[in-house]
Amino acid sequence: MSKSQCELRTLMLVNMRNSTAESALSVRDLVVDYSDLRAVANVSFDAKPGSVTAVIGPNGAGKTTTMEVCSGVRTATSGTVSVLGLDPQRDRLKMNSRIGVMLQDGGVYPSARVGEVLEHYCNLFGNRQRAKDLILAVDLGSKRQDTWRKLSGGEKQRLSLALALAAKPELIFLDEPTSGVDIVGRDLIREIVGNLAKSGCTVILATHELDEAQRMADHVVMFNHGRLIANSSLQDLLGTNQTVTLRTTNEIDIAALAKHMNCRVEQNGTEIRLLQSSDASFIARLSTWFAKNNFVLNDLSSGTPRLEDVYRELNSASKRVDK
Amino acid sequence: MNPFRSQLRQELIVMARNGEQLLLLVGIPVLLLVFFSQVDILPTQGLSSIAFLVPGVLGLAVMSSAMVSLGIATGFERSYGVLRRLGTTPLGTRRLVFAKVTATLFIEIGQLFLITMVGLALGWRPADANWPVIVVAIALGTICFAGIGLTLAGRLRAEVNLAAQNGLYLVLLLLGGVILPNGELPQVAESFAQWLPSTALSELLRAGVNGQELATNSLVVLAVWSITACACAVAFFKWSE
Repeated sequence: MSKSQCELRTLMLVNMRNSTAESALSVRDLVVDYSDLRAVANVSFDAKPGSVTAVIGPNGAGKTTTMEVCSGVRTATSGTVSVLGLDPQRDRLKMNSRIGVMLQDGGVYPSARVGEVLEHYCNLFGNRQRAKDLILAVDLGSKRQDTWRKLSGGEKQRLSLALALAAKPELIFLDEPTSGVDIVGRDLIREIVGNLAKSGCTVILATHELDEAQRMADHVVMFNHGRLIANSSLQDLLGTNQTVTLRTTNEIDIAALAKHMNCRVEQNGTEIRLLQSSDASFIARLSTWFAKNNFVLNDLSSGTPRLEDVYRELNSASKRVDK
Repeated sequence: MNPFRSQLRQELIVMARNGEQLLLLVGIPVLLLVFFSQVDILPTQGLSSIAFLVPGVLGLAVMSSAMVSLGIATGFERSYGVLRRLGTTPLGTRRLVFAKVTATLFIEIGQLFLITMVGLALGWRPADANWPVIVVAIALGTICFAGIGLTLAGRLRAEVNLAAQNGLYLVLLLLGGVILPNGELPQVAESFAQWLPSTALSELLRAGVNGQELATNSLVVLAVWSITACACAVAFFKWSE
């Protein structure tokens, strides 16, 4: 990457107005019904100005629907949403001029050219000069004349991100920005999003990439079956539990181990993972159990769990409640 | 460039790229005009065949740009998510619709010019033409057919919409007094055809072009269609599939 590109990315030209509101985004008791199902049921959460909020959950959990209501392209059945203090329906155009939206798939005429679409969107936001910088920032300078139809999945996502940035957003909604994107493209998108956050833009990021969420987010909102099963800072979410991993060559009765240690246990080949609450005697009890059973105990380590582990734990807990 | 002009430019670029639309917008009207003015087989109600054909073909041109071309393009924009994405910008519905209408008017001016030129070359002499009537007829026809086109585009799947617009175009071409006077149709079809918007438009244009008395009847029929079609477009239009 050239030096000038680096500079462009760090200068991501965010339009900051001093927002006095406590929340950049506030969702209260949101309900969205489709003809045959309740897609979002009584969801409430907030995003602080300048923070990165990861919206995670399985497919069909209500993430996209919530993002659509917040960005004004879908109406809520009930509840209220406030974006930068504005109502997404009533104050739509006013809100649109201050936010960026990158929804899933498409949104561009297949025969439209990269440079032309980007210039058009910059014109729509009254930021005509911005197109030149944006096309370089997303590394599509050499594709200016290519049609949308010809772009790879990753290139389409990068152009979509650039279109969302045409706004000089104070707040940006990103729905799965890295899906279908190769490693280099992912790094690029993450870097841009990281810089956006650094420069004070509020980021609402829906993603299936839990590593990505863990690396970037300050706050996590977790959906399942249209409800929130977690809504807290990343630190709080991960902090209460520790993960212990170990390797063994023995056949272990996972159920017995889980029962003995009173925690969730996962096995992946020779690796075993235990999700424990902060308990000082945990390691001692664990090694005693292994010694008593004459099992080999290798590579024992303990640390902050991955978001993925917490996610699995919370999802299976919510499934148990559903039953 | 301001948002409206940028959108208008985009509309025109997209239309220019859809080359197959050129056949519909220019090819078919001109072909019909040339063919039937040279092969004199049409009953033309006492007018010369060219004097009968020019206004009918003008009506057809309005139908092709305001209904078919606009409707098909909008249907695909809806299915590609273009409209949805535009909905997240400060453009707004009003400016979007205004840009589409303006783009359609540009095309109609081109069509009008071309058809007039071809008509003149084929011996048409519009001595008695009543231009205000022609302008009103084209304006009202544009509103009416745009309403019909957008009603279909706002609800049907893009491919179904494509077929529906073309099918409707063909039906209105045959039954709508464009090249064939409605009096030549079978009784059942005639009583139905007299209420069609294309009949009303071609009769208005025929009156205007040939300096005949203004058909108030046709004006009322076209106005009612215009209001109904626009109300339907507003009521039924969905921005995304």
